[in-house]
Amino acid sequence: MSEGTTTPPLRPPAPAKQGSHRRSIPLLGPLLALLALLLFNIFFTPNFLTAQTLNVNLTQVATIVIVGVGMTLVIATAGIDLSVGALMAIAGALAPMLFLNPPLGSPALGVALAFVLPVLAAGAFGMFNGLLVTRFQIQPFIATLVLFIAGRGIAQVLTNGQLQTFSNTSFQVIGLGRPFGIPVQVILMLVVVALFAWVMARTVFGRQILAVGGNERAARLSGVPVNRVKLAVYGISGLLSGIAGLIVISINSSSDANQVGLNMELDAIAAVAVGGTALTGGRATIVGTLLGALIIQLIRYSLLARGVPDAAALVVKAGIILLAVYVQRQRR
Amino acid sequence: MSLAQSPPKGASVRNARVVSALQRYGVLIALSLLILFGTLRYENFLSPYNITTVLSYNSMFGLIALGMAFVIITGGIDLSVGSVAAFASVVAALLSPHGLWVALIGAVGAAAVLGLINGAIIAYLKILPFITTLAMLLAARGLALMLSGNQSVSADYDHGFTTLGQGSVFGVPYIAILLFVAFALGAVILRYTRFGRRVLAIGGNEEASRLMGLPVERTLLSVYTLSGALAGLAGVILASQFGAGQPTEGLGWELTAIAAVVVGGTLLTGGMGSIGSTLVGVLLLGVIFNVLNFENGRGTISLTVYWQSVIRGAFLLLVVILQNRLTRARAEP
Repeated sequence: MSEGTTTPPLRPPAPAKQGSHRRSIPLLGPLLALLALLLFNIFFTPNFLTAQTLNVNLTQVATIVIVGVGMTLVIATAGIDLSVGALMAIAGALAPMLFLNPPLGSPALGVALAFVLPVLAAGAFGMFNGLLVTRFQIQPFIATLVLFIAGRGIAQVLTNGQLQTFSNTSFQVIGLGRPFGIPVQVILMLVVVALFAWVMARTVFGRQILAVGGNERAARLSGVPVNRVKLAVYGISGLLSGIAGLIVISINSSSDANQVGLNMELDAIAAVAVGGTALTGGRATIVGTLLGALIIQLIRYSLLARGVPDAAALVVKAGIILLAVYVQRQRR
Repeated sequence: MSLAQSPPKGASVRNARVVSALQRYGVLIALSLLILFGTLRYENFLSPYNITTVLSYNSMFGLIALGMAFVIITGGIDLSVGSVAAFASVVAALLSPHGLWVALIGAVGAAAVLGLINGAIIAYLKILPFITTLAMLLAARGLALMLSGNQSVSADYDHGFTTLGQGSVFGVPYIAILLFVAFALGAVILRYTRFGRRVLAIGGNEEASRLMGLPVERTLLSVYTLSGALAGLAGVILASQFGAGQPTEGLGWELTAIAAVVVGGTLLTGGMGSIGSTLVGVLLLGVIFNVLNFENGRGTISLTVYWQSVIRGAFLLLVVILQNRLTRARAEP
């Protein structure tokens, strides 16, 4: 539970920023908020404590968590990735092309490629973001703003703006499969969270990410390969966005380049901020992002369960994001 | 900026200024060459119809870019302009039965309030501009959808509301006149007023401005309010030109505006910029798409509308990379 923020550096040269932050219990705030939301819903939302409600909420939150984990890494380096939603749309546009027109006439190969190539493509676009940030030294939000708009354009160009509908059981496992009653994307979400919580807490790469975000100059001087670390986090953010894109189109049985991943960058940033990762970099908590995403999902669910229209929910969400970022700032 | 490579501060500012100036002339030359190319290649390129179409269509982007220029010169950004414009177009359409002036003032005022909220959050709560305005992008879209009931709202045609977007005097559309007047005012404000100098000073060095006793917070508040109001004006034009308030319009307008500002030689780091060149940037982008349309019509290329955002993105990318390269290349002896 306390990875990232409290683990002491494992290797001597890791120059993580130390001592400047108050050591409060890092995840207490998000945990309490989540608990309060759960209690509120248990008492006031009919049929809240059912397996179906749990399933609905978990399946909906999975993509936010998966993208949010990548966003956490990027933000930990003091960057930002606004392109995640657009990269989801690109992956979502590519996959159906592969399994609807399987190469060599082999449906199995088509599905296999549909899982791999779109994710790799999204990862490559992520690396492109990283290249702009490192080699060309463009501010991260401008660098990723380019694909924020142009990326969705690329997805639309790929599909010619057409909605692609499909029904392909073997591909849609990623969104509709339920081994042991657990949705596949929830398993994926947990694997991603566990993997990156481990990376941040126990690997050199994790320490390097925090070092770059804490004090880039110090990190560079102490031999951290700053550019390579940044390139990697934007690449990872792209890969995870690609996976999330595949999940979304599987659930919908269709791919709409206008819609897939729309506003996902805000959900992901909100999850990261609510979870307690500082937007200024140098600190990160993957489990916090999971909690943050759950909080946002529960708020949305509570609003919808009360018949608040989607449009009003957008306004509320905007407020929550600002509140979370503001609270973050106060804590520094 | 990597500290290992960045030049001493003084040199970097001087170089940035040179790059900025070079770029201003560059853009003007590029626009002239493109217009010359169009004139020689297409029969109807300089026809009054084509000119007024380009000006009318780009007046919305132009007004937004004008506000964006002020924001970027303070070192900030406003990503909410597209949905604020959509919101204003809905407000204007709803108010249109009461006549043009009520609709205009009501919609621009409502949009200015959203800008004011942006400014207050950025100036007083110290939340990063791109996060604040990204949240406003969401909120304004939500408000637009709520007000309109999730569909476009027909404007009233009987009480003069549509004159603004569709009318003209001596063949010059009102909105084209509005565009040029707004830019002239903007240029005068930036160059000759105390407010303009404060905007420049804050973008140059916010901390120093504060130490010098400039009202930093109040200036930021005004700048974001101005950006909101101009986005609102663009929304009114949208509703008036097409006869409907459109809650889902404005997607990607922020990129168009940012691209126009940056192409015009304003640096994203703030502290310097030119209003006149922003207009040239807007026109350059507009003429590029106009030329592409002509080529589409001739059948030499066939680009769908979906290419537009890709091309805008590529354009922004190219200019930003070029600016960075030039600033650094000149800095290294």
